[in-house]
Amino acid sequence: MIPLFDLGVAVARVAVFFAFVFGLVVVMTWVERKGAAYMQDRRGPNRARILGITLFGMFHPLADALKFLFKEDFIPDNAHRLFYQLAPMFALAPAILTMAVVPFGPPVTIAGKTISLQIADLNVGILYLFAVSGLAVYGVVLAGWSSNSKYPLLGGLRSSAQMISYEVSLGLSIMGILMVFQAIRLSEIVLGQGELLFGILPKWGVFVQPLGFVLFLTALYAEANRTPFDLPEGESELVAGYHTEYASFKFSMFMMAEYIHMVVGAAVIATLFFGGWQFPYLADKGFAFPGGLSVTVPAAGVLVLRIGSFIGKTLFFCWLYVWVRWTIPRFRYDQVMRLGWKVMLPLSLLNIFVTGLVLLLIDKGGF
Amino acid sequence: MLTDFATVLVFMVLGAVTVALLLLVSRLVQPRDPTPVKLSTYECGEVPFGSSWVQFNIRFYVVALIFIIFDVEVALLYPWAVIFQRLGMVAFVEAFVFIVILLAGLAYLWKEGDLDWVRTMQDAPARKEGK
Repeated sequence: MIPLFDLGVAVARVAVFFAFVFGLVVVMTWVERKGAAYMQDRRGPNRARILGITLFGMFHPLADALKFLFKEDFIPDNAHRLFYQLAPMFALAPAILTMAVVPFGPPVTIAGKTISLQIADLNVGILYLFAVSGLAVYGVVLAGWSSNSKYPLLGGLRSSAQMISYEVSLGLSIMGILMVFQAIRLSEIVLGQGELLFGILPKWGVFVQPLGFVLFLTALYAEANRTPFDLPEGESELVAGYHTEYASFKFSMFMMAEYIHMVVGAAVIATLFFGGWQFPYLADKGFAFPGGLSVTVPAAGVLVLRIGSFIGKTLFFCWLYVWVRWTIPRFRYDQVMRLGWKVMLPLSLLNIFVTGLVLLLIDKGGF
Repeated sequence: MLTDFATVLVFMVLGAVTVALLLLVSRLVQPRDPTPVKLSTYECGEVPFGSSWVQFNIRFYVVALIFIIFDVEVALLYPWAVIFQRLGMVAFVEAFVFIVILLAGLAYLWKEGDLDWVRTMQDAPARKEGK
């Protein structure tokens, strides 16, 4: 017997998170174009309008969505029909699913019931995150191979080799975080970051694991196939890489997957390295600054500040993707592979070694 | 209260339903007008020749092999990392030995040139002689 009320709560919660992520994806497509335009000293999308209102081109993503829906969706004659149709779903599903374990805020108690602002507080949080995001490579490989066209095949191969190369570093770079906070559940890692370091600095992941943060950020960009690692879709060489043969809504599914990856990636960085929903010096009762000064804030205010802090950090890292994209040129493929195996991997192993050593020294030294 | 994995299941089902629904809607509203040229494989406007399921560089397989070895290492180190502070020195030494063994493999690959994507022609004969 399934408890219907609980099921309803679960569905409602999932729907809210869904709306948040997809809303952010829509906004991101706009931010990307507008950001690109301003960095190149042009206007960007400004024509789409409803009733004469353009709202800085904010309606452009809406026009895009409609166009994707109404365009003809055909399957090339030579393509493998089954895999060709499965590939976009394989790309989109893991991207959405990774969102499930990211905590948006502290658990809220309303009318005696505790509601966690997280779809699922899994006890194997980080393992789940990596297991699911690792599946994304299937979508790319399937799309590249099943199209039976030369550009997608090359794009798919390149992309999969790149993704698996950086996945190792991605996994190793957060090992230090697990060692410091002694947790694999994301909500516990966030709680651990609420403490203070040396009594003044918030104990955020980025302060205890600076090298780990740089490695994680780099590997994340490579995983999400974003510039400077966007070789899989290097337009000048491979047309559009693994999704060259896709049109209409199936193409938009690949695009959505990419943007959801970005949004979730930004949320994960915020969670692991920037304290998640922690607001600096904000405890449950209000602000408590290192100097002894304390300001009382009502519970609702604390909650709003915390959720706002998480969303703010996520938005910043979303913007960082755009910023980096229009600042740094694309790597050559051999440079990408060299960086992945000869720099990132040894460095992330070194990071684990040093973290272990320091933790042991602190333990022995007793401070 | 549903267990957390049940919530993930709800999440998966809702996600699948959303995508299926959108695909269905797009199928209902979009035109259908396939022509032979439209359905042909894209090759920059040229008439495509042959199948594209061709042989590709063996190095992609090598990368996949290296990846599997190191990814297993990552999976194994996660539980170790969580209880590291409780185990202390013993855990540190054990993981160190374990990583050094894998690093020996990495050093070998490095020396053999399997981590280089572009190799010069001078490197190639040396490998044939079995060095």
